[in-house]
Amino acid sequence: MFSNLDLTQLVFGRLSLEAVPYHEPILLVTFLVVAAGGAALLGAVTWFGKWGYLWREWFTSVDHKKIGIMYVVLAIVMLLRGFADAIMMITQKALSVGASEGYLPPHHYDQIFTAHGTIMIFFMAMPFVTGIMNYVMPLQIGARDVAFPFLNNLSFWMTAGGAALTMLSLFVGEFARTGWLAYPPLSGAAYSPGVGVDYYIWGLQVAGVGTTLSGINLITTIVKMRAPGMSMMKMPVFCWTTLCSNAIIVTIFPVLTATLALLALDRYVGTHFFTNDYGGNSMLYMNLIWIWGHPEVYVLVLPAFGIYSEVVSTFCGKRLFGYTSMVYATVVIAFVSWLVWLHHFFTMGSGANVNAFFGITTMIISIPTGAKVFNWLFTMYRGRIRFETPMIWVMGFIPTFVLGGLTGVLLAVPPADFVLHNSLFLVAHFHNVIIGGVVFGLLSGVSYWFPKAFGYKLDPFWGQVSFWCWLVGFWVVFTPIYALGLMGVTRRTQHFEDPDVQPYLTVAALGACIIMAGIAAFVLQLLISYVRRERLRDLTGDPWGGRTLEWSTTSPPPPYNFAFTPIIHDLDAWWDMKRRGHERPQHGYRPIHMPRNTGAGIVLAGLSSVLGFALIWYIWWLAALSFVALIATAIVHTFDYDRDYFIPAEDVARLEGRGTTQVAEGIRADA
Amino acid sequence: MTALAIPSAPSPAPGRPARRLLRAAALLAVAGLLAGCNLTVLTPSGDVAVQQRNLIIASTALMLLVILPVIALTFLFAWRYRASNAQATYDPDWHHSTQLEVVIWTVPLLIIIALGAMTWISTHTLDPYRPLTRLAPNQPVPADVKPLQVEVVALDWKWLFLYPELGVASVNEMAAPANVPIAFKITSSSVWNTFSVPALAGMIYAMPGMETKLHAVMNREGDFRGLSGHYSGSGFSRMNFGFRSLTREGFDAWVAKARAAGASLDREAYLKLEKPSEADPVSYYATVENGLYAAILGMCVAPDRMCVGEMHHIDRTGGAGRDSAANRERLDYDNRRLEGGVEPSGATFPASGRPPQGSVQPEGMMPRDQNLSRGGVNERKTAPDQGQGNALPGADRGPAPAQLNNQPTRHQH
Repeated sequence: MFSNLDLTQLVFGRLSLEAVPYHEPILLVTFLVVAAGGAALLGAVTWFGKWGYLWREWFTSVDHKKIGIMYVVLAIVMLLRGFADAIMMITQKALSVGASEGYLPPHHYDQIFTAHGTIMIFFMAMPFVTGIMNYVMPLQIGARDVAFPFLNNLSFWMTAGGAALTMLSLFVGEFARTGWLAYPPLSGAAYSPGVGVDYYIWGLQVAGVGTTLSGINLITTIVKMRAPGMSMMKMPVFCWTTLCSNAIIVTIFPVLTATLALLALDRYVGTHFFTNDYGGNSMLYMNLIWIWGHPEVYVLVLPAFGIYSEVVSTFCGKRLFGYTSMVYATVVIAFVSWLVWLHHFFTMGSGANVNAFFGITTMIISIPTGAKVFNWLFTMYRGRIRFETPMIWVMGFIPTFVLGGLTGVLLAVPPADFVLHNSLFLVAHFHNVIIGGVVFGLLSGVSYWFPKAFGYKLDPFWGQVSFWCWLVGFWVVFTPIYALGLMGVTRRTQHFEDPDVQPYLTVAALGACIIMAGIAAFVLQLLISYVRRERLRDLTGDPWGGRTLEWSTTSPPPPYNFAFTPIIHDLDAWWDMKRRGHERPQHGYRPIHMPRNTGAGIVLAGLSSVLGFALIWYIWWLAALSFVALIATAIVHTFDYDRDYFIPAEDVARLEGRGTTQVAEGIRADA
Repeated sequence: MTALAIPSAPSPAPGRPARRLLRAAALLAVAGLLAGCNLTVLTPSGDVAVQQRNLIIASTALMLLVILPVIALTFLFAWRYRASNAQATYDPDWHHSTQLEVVIWTVPLLIIIALGAMTWISTHTLDPYRPLTRLAPNQPVPADVKPLQVEVVALDWKWLFLYPELGVASVNEMAAPANVPIAFKITSSSVWNTFSVPALAGMIYAMPGMETKLHAVMNREGDFRGLSGHYSGSGFSRMNFGFRSLTREGFDAWVAKARAAGASLDREAYLKLEKPSEADPVSYYATVENGLYAAILGMCVAPDRMCVGEMHHIDRTGGAGRDSAANRERLDYDNRRLEGGVEPSGATFPASGRPPQGSVQPEGMMPRDQNLSRGGVNERKTAPDQGQGNALPGADRGPAPAQLNNQPTRHQH
């Protein structure tokens, strides 16, 4: 066996200098820009001597608020990458018609649409949703942190590790050319040899561990750590949607992990779960991946629904209409979401009974969803609506989302799906619900909770610019895409022979530029708001006239969130407290028990990413080494008994005293 | 709406940019005005697709019953209850109304009950596996009309159509007489595809080693577009075919033309044909070897392979025990592409032998003449990477070795 042993191969596996696409102009420019940007960032951090600060206060932090912010930062960075892919796809489509070939050959284009889907779902939407849940939920239930603070830090870094592996495929090797769900047999070893699918598998496996752990963490937090008096039915709707979303996460992500593990076994050790030969069954993969994939949609959209509920009720100055039915609607959606996966492949040839069953279960979801929309509507009824930035997102969301729901139910009718499946109509539909439902909700949530996290509001003008660009851009992109779907044009094509499609695609490309302006306005809004932070400052901690507990602390909240755990008497606890003439307590502080920061999470996630990289490139010694190191670090960490500390009562008193002065000042300024 | 204002010139004129821009703008305006003229899904030509279209319209109308009021109410409430409108009632504690809640849940429920009933019935009547009972509304299939049998094979990246009753075959073009039911049997040679003729009927997956069915009829004569709707690798975008709906005589002439083409599709010719290629010209085969489709379906066209059906039979009879070791090699199907030296559909660096993300086309693809300054497709600049360490140390290093599941010893004989 060792007769023709090759040292280079032993050390580097299949990694070689050739893996770096230095001959590809697009990649080279991208790399230079990223490298220059990265170097500038790292240089700036070094220049200002912030490494220690970042490491101590952020990277090793177990504070749910800081972890939540890091999740959102990761999501915004990945949004830029995923959107760059989107722009490349739509311009290629618009250019590559008839005799013209566009500028992206198929094998490059195919990687781009795979990366776009993978990144937008796993590394944009998921971290964004998790980040907001992480930040807001413990504050809303009056908790001092999540149930397992260290696990939270580990979850974040695992997600970031998966994202880093996926990003690395841009500059070292290639990404999968299979579509974002990597259907076999195309994604099998025989049809997709090379590192592309391996990058996909290990990127998602590393991130998937993080997501599952964070799901367990957030469920435990909600179940065990609610403030006294907060029964389940007095919990804010956002916490309910967080609970349901994470309940779905812990049931489906193990399925994804197992499915990808089976695919990895097929590719690495020659099993035949999904191959054509030796009795493998690729239809099994289709079922398994969608048993994960469909509920995943609700993982994303339920927290967004929660955000809309909070925002509508706050900006209408009115208690949420139909709280109970809202809660039941959420739970029903979560349950039914497990029973609809087959609607993603009606065209696989299941019998009419099977197709009709899954078509009808899918439609059933629209009943609680419809009830939710009506509930928001009747919350607005007899309200006093202030159209601040978070609220205008809701106004854009309702019409956009119900139309996306319409096309969704249409696709759930199997005979209709037979003509619309895999067409651009489908593409327009899921962008309609993901952008119109999830992204609008997340951006609304950002502008709603930003003053809580940073102590100043986001600039309203640039927020409105961003909103209008997103809304108009969305419809300019996806109206023609819907039309193309009705023309029978299919998705994932790099070239069109029919010149009739070009005008539609050109309009869509223009729309993508409008969305780009929306993203630019959002980033600009962050910068401008930072510059004008003193003018946008909110001292009261309750800039919007909020109703839930997070608005009862100062902005930003102290590390321990609440010096005294609040006692809950009613839904909309903070509204209730304000009505009863709440005053900030002045004395009686006790030392507060807090979890200590730890670097173990970043080390474990780093080792996992190295393990993933080694497996992708067949560097077996490194895989073995990092695996052993991973286990060893985990064991060593269990012997770390110095995991907590107390904030002394005097420090609490000082912080709270400062907070009280600040709030009083804020209230005086407002009056 | 018959006059199609969008010129269907095969290629945009290489005129001056200003002129092209002007033309694009004119096209845009026209497209905006006449959107609907070429919406194939909404103006299909086959009875099945027409029924599917009707279902789309009926479902949409049903849902608009609730969606339009919701959108209208959203804007109405937003306007009426804006903070600056002091006249509007403000009732901050109004948050429950049993009657309203009943309505809120009942309206969507009723719509879904109606839609669910429509779904149940239409899913069964339009089941692609169900033989047709009518050619058009109020026009049942005459008793003496037998459906035309067509066997469809999705290849990398072209379509093969076999006519078992007529003994002819064609590539990238199929023909059928109008107003005669067609019974499709569909499979694939390597990866998944979708057989889709939007004007005819809904699509269905073409899957290797498996057979799906579709029954449809075209009610109009003409040339229609067929395609694969499921991504299947580099050549996917060009995996189109023509669907020619002809008169009875026209179809007979088409068959005669195929017969006159002279070529014969035997196993050897098929194995050549199934090698990846794209944008293949239309071609015909006068004769088809007996049992070829069954062999394609059983993944055993190559002479040394065992058919899937035979394996199932052995398994059903309790397996072949130790003897099955000899069968192992005969069942290996997927790796033939790697072993044949043709780049697999989804190969990436380093196994592809191309530089990563670069502009060198995969093997088996049409060379494309492109403007290099735009980063277009060009000749391979670097030698294919030979150091593909995608096997354990000590394994042999052929040009494109498979993954670990390829026993290295196999390459020796």
